[in-house]
Amino acid sequence: MPLKLEIVTPEARIFSDEVDTVVLPGYEGEMGVLAAHANLVTTLLPGELRITKGGKTTEMAVGEGLVEVTGTVTRILTDMAIDADKIDEKAVEEALARAQKSLADLKPGEQQEEVAAVMAMIQRSTAQLHLKRKRKTV
Amino acid sequence: MPSTRDIRRRIKSVKNTAQITKAMQLVAAAKMKKAQDQAANGRHYAELLNKVLVNLKEKAEEGLHPFFSEGKGGKLLVLLVSSDKGLCGALNTNLFKKLITTDFGTEDVDYVTIGKKGVQAINRLRRHLLADFPIKDPAKFAEVRGVGRFLQEKFLTGEYKKVLVVFNNFINTVTVVPTVEQILPVNPVTLGGKRDFAPEIETATASTEYTFEPSAAVVFETVLPQYVNDTVYQMVLESRASEHSSRMVAMKNATDNAKQMIKDLSLEYNKLRQAAITNELLEITTAKMALE
Repeated sequence: MPLKLEIVTPEARIFSDEVDTVVLPGYEGEMGVLAAHANLVTTLLPGELRITKGGKTTEMAVGEGLVEVTGTVTRILTDMAIDADKIDEKAVEEALARAQKSLADLKPGEQQEEVAAVMAMIQRSTAQLHLKRKRKTV
Repeated sequence: MPSTRDIRRRIKSVKNTAQITKAMQLVAAAKMKKAQDQAANGRHYAELLNKVLVNLKEKAEEGLHPFFSEGKGGKLLVLLVSSDKGLCGALNTNLFKKLITTDFGTEDVDYVTIGKKGVQAINRLRRHLLADFPIKDPAKFAEVRGVGRFLQEKFLTGEYKKVLVVFNNFINTVTVVPTVEQILPVNPVTLGGKRDFAPEIETATASTEYTFEPSAAVVFETVLPQYVNDTVYQMVLESRASEHSSRMVAMKNATDNAKQMIKDLSLEYNKLRQAAITNELLEITTAKMALE
């Protein structure tokens, strides 16, 4: 029985296909999902996601979100999902630097919205960089 | 009987109007494309989130999260999403008509608005306006998140039984449906003209329980506020898409009408001119015949 995987972000549907297995960064660490997995709902943390299909592995950097697993379908709702090959290391580094700077500029206790947004940005950037650099050393 | 000069003047003024409406039509068409794309792209995410949460809601125990049950108070909170500008046909009028004809079951309703037209309408209707959020165009998620948080905070005070949203649901360029949806307590909502519930999912989860990692409370704690914010954002996007489409259609109609008017006026003008020439010729011939 194949496992259908759907990854969507508010901007677009990133991925929708049948896969063999998917490994994702869940709330309590990395979690592998195979077909006929027990029904599960968990939160997704920024990190890397691996999709295996027919022996080929695709890697993606993902942001925060929600994962719903049923026996046949795995749905991932996240605010970011980028293919490892498409990550522009330089652009991400710049974004990270910008985010860290604006975090330093923001006063504590003020503008919680902003702080939360910047923190999320930093986490997303870091997740992308980790993935990119790991691939380089291999 | 208007003189030829009067008609010429009118043709000129109608031509100018047509030029303006044509320009507005083109601007609206460009914005419409963007707004429609934005709404369509976000819809899938919103629908899926919607689907997952409503599925979960059935499995969740009562009282697991305050967003799952009605507030203790008897009041209602209504978010009215309208446009900032006019000249978009009957868009806002229809929306307000929907608002007026909807029976909320209680008189005690507080309003929150997005869009200047909404503020005006609420004031005109002498209803109680709680807050207004100016959202720029195109709408940014960060801005709309403020609205979502405000609604959640108000709901959590327990003063309100429900939170509803009145917005223009975008179906296609010529069809826009004013819609009233309940957003809190969490409820399936219609977006883009459909309530997306694939039957396969319903059956797949009907008999089974979900495991929550680490616990249902933690998952809902993070996901529910996100759901409210995202749904409100998607509703704003749908409204914006509706606004630009309606404006484009309204301006196109105005341009077409102006063109038709120019045609009619030109015909009348030509007839008058021809009559004048014939008259003149007649006079000359008569005069000549009288001389002979």
